[in-house]
Amino acid sequence: MEGYVFPNEIEVQWSLLIVLYPFITGLVAGAFVVSSLYHVFNIKALKPVASFSLLMALSFMFVAPMPLMAHLGRPERGFQIFLTPNFTSAMAGFGYIWLMYLILLLTETWLVFRRDIVRYSQTTSGIKGLIYQVLSLGRTDLSESARRADEKAIKVLAAVGIPAAALLHGYVGFLFGAIKANAWWSTPLMPIIFLLSAIVSGIALLIVMYIITMKLLKRPIDHDCVNSMARWLLVFLAFDLTIEGLEVLSMAYEAEHSWEVVSELITERIPVTYFGIQIVLGSLIPLAILGTLAAGQIRKEVIIPTVFAAAVLVMIGVFAMRWNVVIGGQLISKSMRGFTSYTPPLGGREGVLAAALFLALPFYIFSAITSFIPPWQRPTEDYGDGVETPTEAAPAWETSRGRIGGDF
Amino acid sequence: MALSRRRFLKLGANATVGGLLIYTLRGVLPSSSPGAADAGTDDAAEGYTPGDTSWVFIIDTMACIGCGRCVRACKEENDVPLEPHCNRTWVERYTFTTDGEVYVDSPNSGYDGFADAELPEGARGKEITRSFFVPKPCNQCDASPCTQVCPVGATYKTDDGIVLVNQDKCIGCRYCVQACPYAMRYIHPRKGVADKCTWCYHRITKGKLPACVQICPVGARKFGDLNDPESEVSKILAERNVSVLKPEMGTKPKAFFLDLDGEVV
Ligand code: SF4
Ligand code: SF4
Repeated sequence: MEGYVFPNEIEVQWSLLIVLYPFITGLVAGAFVVSSLYHVFNIKALKPVASFSLLMALSFMFVAPMPLMAHLGRPERGFQIFLTPNFTSAMAGFGYIWLMYLILLLTETWLVFRRDIVRYSQTTSGIKGLIYQVLSLGRTDLSESARRADEKAIKVLAAVGIPAAALLHGYVGFLFGAIKANAWWSTPLMPIIFLLSAIVSGIALLIVMYIITMKLLKRPIDHDCVNSMARWLLVFLAFDLTIEGLEVLSMAYEAEHSWEVVSELITERIPVTYFGIQIVLGSLIPLAILGTLAAGQIRKEVIIPTVFAAAVLVMIGVFAMRWNVVIGGQLISKSMRGFTSYTPPLGGREGVLAAALFLALPFYIFSAITSFIPPWQRPTEDYGDGVETPTEAAPAWETSRGRIGGDF
Repeated sequence: MALSRRRFLKLGANATVGGLLIYTLRGVLPSSSPGAADAGTDDAAEGYTPGDTSWVFIIDTMACIGCGRCVRACKEENDVPLEPHCNRTWVERYTFTTDGEVYVDSPNSGYDGFADAELPEGARGKEITRSFFVPKPCNQCDASPCTQVCPVGATYKTDDGIVLVNQDKCIGCRYCVQACPYAMRYIHPRKGVADKCTWCYHRITKGKLPACVQICPVGARKFGDLNDPESEVSKILAERNVSVLKPEMGTKPKAFFLDLDGEVV
């Protein structure tokens, strides 16, 4: 604490858990956009991660509301947000937007994997076979026309999903941007900044997860795919950094009264997480790496580890960005005369360990889902190329889960 | 019944059809709690009908002697926890030194008064030009951002313009705490819900004064009804120079400060 802070501001209201919330929804939105790049815009190189990214998005989607719920003073009343929403509140839409998006994700995932599920249900017996039967929802038609119908629906959903993803995450930005009481949050650019960084983090996550998973499964890594993701990452990262930079630049140039505190915030309160991690480590360095790669200046053998490293840095950078927004904004006293401080506790409901658990959970869910419907081993051909691959048996889920699940 | 119907109609004006359906359903659903105005810890006194009054609060910073009685009275009257970050009201001290610096502090929210309080750190050893105290109640903003952002409608404005929290409904999301430009809100550590100054709604609806106003020995806190042209507050607002805090926020506060120094935020 320094300078004058209003008495009630001694306590920082939104803790580490609220940093997780935009981080996780951002990953969902970003991963989804990648799958849509394939399904809608036909970016063929992304085919190996098209369904992979859907499952990734889904796994994170389940977890997205959990840190929020855990943070409520009265979690048992959390459901009220569905029952008695107050429509002037930006937050009231949260439940509905989340639910709508979850349904969209579930439907698209089901459509993409329906034919696999049907195959598995025919080749598997016992409880597992039964589960597949239930999952197929009774629609067992494997014919060419059924496939076409599925594809059409997938395309529509993937297309609808893009504005939906933009809504989901632009909305999260709006939650902060709409708080006029907070000088660091209150900007109409907030939804766009959140959206761009969401896409960036989602692509980075996919790169990391795709490479790790393929390595663990000892499957070949598709170089074109990684290259393509790296290029998309470069493009979105460049946009993201530009907009974020412009925001601060115009604040500095206009130099309103609030700039005095905002500049002190970024130069003296959060310089390490802001300049050090968010900008240099998480944006400029990966930008340089990916730019060099795009210019064809990186040796072929080291492309994969290089892209991997850049993606990890980007994810760290986006996490730092969430921290700098959520926590940074709260450090400024509304008296404009001082700063409060925040260090997350290790244990407890809102501590570092709880946060780590929430961050680990999606990976566990992902390994569980992929043990049922592995996106890297499709018994039916992938959509669009018309060649039927030989039928494979249902995945042995103990083994695949053990191998993947054990490492996260 | 009449009340909930009115709220229903009011909401209908700006809600979507889906929202309306849910709103209608909520009376039927077992888990839903009563509408905002129907219940709450700060309910009006029995037999009181809101709407005939237009209350305002006036603070005279030049009169305040920083005794802290109001802060103590409030904590006692309203079951406000003694923790330093839990305050419905507090008193700030502004200290100006010859080198042009301004120091603000509020040790323990002014609860212990300022008689024994040391000077704020930077001001020690400097020559002081002037100093005054600023008591702070909730502004009961006419365009209250805290009401606007509450996702479940637990924070609401009564028909007589007081912003209250229905603590049976609040989910403790802290969005309102973020939204209040004046840091008037806190989360009650035991109840897990938002709490704030109500201008002692349970008292004023019975014709009494807010506890802090009543106890102030020098009349630095004034309270009254603008609809009564003879009231002290009506006269002050008509004749004196008053201002509100952070007018640029567009919150339309109903707490006014007499001859306020420009440094006060
Ligand atoms: S001062 Fe703060 S708590 Fe009081 S009505 Fe205004 S916004 Fe709400
Ligand atoms: S903390 Fe309670 S009163 Fe405040 S916005 Fe959340 S639900 Fe509403």
